[in-house]
Amino acid sequence: MVLIGVAVVIVGFLIRLNPLLVVTVAGLVTGLIAHQSLYSIITQFGEAFETNRYMAIFIATLPVIGLLERHGLREQAERLIGRIRAATTGRILMLYLLLREVTAALGITSIGGAAQTVRPLIAPMAEGAVEAKYGSIPEDTQQEVRAHAAAVDNIGVFFGEDIFIAVGAVLLMKGFFDQNHIKSTPIDMGLWAIPTAAAALVIHCIRLYLLDRRIKRRMTGESTSTTSTEEGANLGDLN
Amino acid sequence: MVISTEAVYIFIGIITLCGSIYTFFDKKNPRRISSALFYFLYAVTLMCAKVIPPFYIGLIVLAIVVLAGLNRVQKGHYGEAPREEREKNRKRLGGWLFLPALLIPLLTVAGVEGVGSHKLAGRFIFDQSNVTMVSLAVGTAIALIVAWLMTKSSPLTSVKESRRLLESIGWAAVLPQMLAMLGTIFNSAGVGTAVSSAVDHIIPANSLFWAVFAYCVGMALFTMIMGNAFAAFPVMTAGIAIPLIIQHFGVNADRVAAIGMFAGYCGTLMTPMAANFNIVPAALLDLKSKYHVIRAQVPTAILLLAVNIVIMYLVAR
Repeated sequence: MVLIGVAVVIVGFLIRLNPLLVVTVAGLVTGLIAHQSLYSIITQFGEAFETNRYMAIFIATLPVIGLLERHGLREQAERLIGRIRAATTGRILMLYLLLREVTAALGITSIGGAAQTVRPLIAPMAEGAVEAKYGSIPEDTQQEVRAHAAAVDNIGVFFGEDIFIAVGAVLLMKGFFDQNHIKSTPIDMGLWAIPTAAAALVIHCIRLYLLDRRIKRRMTGESTSTTSTEEGANLGDLN
Repeated sequence: MVISTEAVYIFIGIITLCGSIYTFFDKKNPRRISSALFYFLYAVTLMCAKVIPPFYIGLIVLAIVVLAGLNRVQKGHYGEAPREEREKNRKRLGGWLFLPALLIPLLTVAGVEGVGSHKLAGRFIFDQSNVTMVSLAVGTAIALIVAWLMTKSSPLTSVKESRRLLESIGWAAVLPQMLAMLGTIFNSAGVGTAVSSAVDHIIPANSLFWAVFAYCVGMALFTMIMGNAFAAFPVMTAGIAIPLIIQHFGVNADRVAAIGMFAGYCGTLMTPMAANFNIVPAALLDLKSKYHVIRAQVPTAILLLAVNIVIMYLVAR
């Protein structure tokens, strides 16, 4: 019966209702089915909202990032990449993936993040690589590059951090096994995280390589149909 | 402690509050009053959740949901700098623009590693309940001051700019907290046990491969429902991994747990319920579809889930 709440969530997301509305209705429905009072449900809403305020911390970065963007941070990041001839979107993202995964494995997870690193630095660099090489970036390519920049940030930190033994996940697993009287050692858990972490790096790098090829095919395919002289002049300037 | 988490919440609350005042007077926003109210109420919950009783916070949250759900929160006009002005400033500042942007992650790491465990006059400098968050806030505050000095612009400019960014995120900013809220209700209503008993009925008890398969896929699916692998782990591990894999087949618990948790992370990559990883970044990057980041992640997630199943099976065999 309580699974009706899960169904509400799935259906709500599928028919593209506003997620806030979907989540709230699912919460109310689940609570009521489990015979909780409305007062108790709303109180739980309030308590959970309070304890999870840390998720709003990205707001703290907005004043700096906004100010720097107003002064041309994104353009500067694009220019920096434009000067490096070997830079492609895929390679930049591969490098960031590696950096993100290795730092996370050393316990440094706060070095990345969508607000503080991807939006001001990584996404403009990845977009800038396309612009530098092909002179412009069509909107669908730009959207795809940005989505991949955010994806790399997540994949890097997720599959890197569990190698570090003091991270929340490892402590959670240890605590859980202790409760169930099963012997476990955090060092071994960190060790057994390495094969998957390596697989994540390899698989995603291959996908980024394919992304590069896709962009190349799309951009060279399009530039022949547009005014090729102008395109050539731009390329000449930047190479 | 010297800098508490509440101080950080007040800091981000003030940023949100100041933005809502500008929104209230934004004549170009067709829904300026309801939009301003949305951000104002959110700012109130950020700043005052510790002193207002939870029931009333719950009511404010419902009001926030109604405003967003009825599409009463809209974007306004932000007076963005024209391209020429950005270009002029960029030429003047050049590579120095990177300094404050890089200061944020570097100072955060320095704060966590260096200041985090230190005491001043017998008290911790940073609130021990969330050192990373306090470090990040202090790092951004310092970076902000550096950026003010460097760009010679007024604090009001950064308030306006943060409003531009926050409103481009819009209702998605509140979603992570709402999903955490739903997770709490799911837990107290016993959704987890219902899911794991359903999975238990499906798998054949004497096949190691199917037990591994059910555990990994179950971790991914339940993580997709809860939006959080940490919520899925105790339920799925107690329901499937301990009785079937660890006790019945005698597989080492460390290996099962490490790989099983990663199977859960594959689920995190594929669900809008993990809004802080998947939906907020999409909004932050001005993506037209809020699900675009998930679409970019799904192929990697599915391949990795398969890899996890294979690794766990090989390790267990």
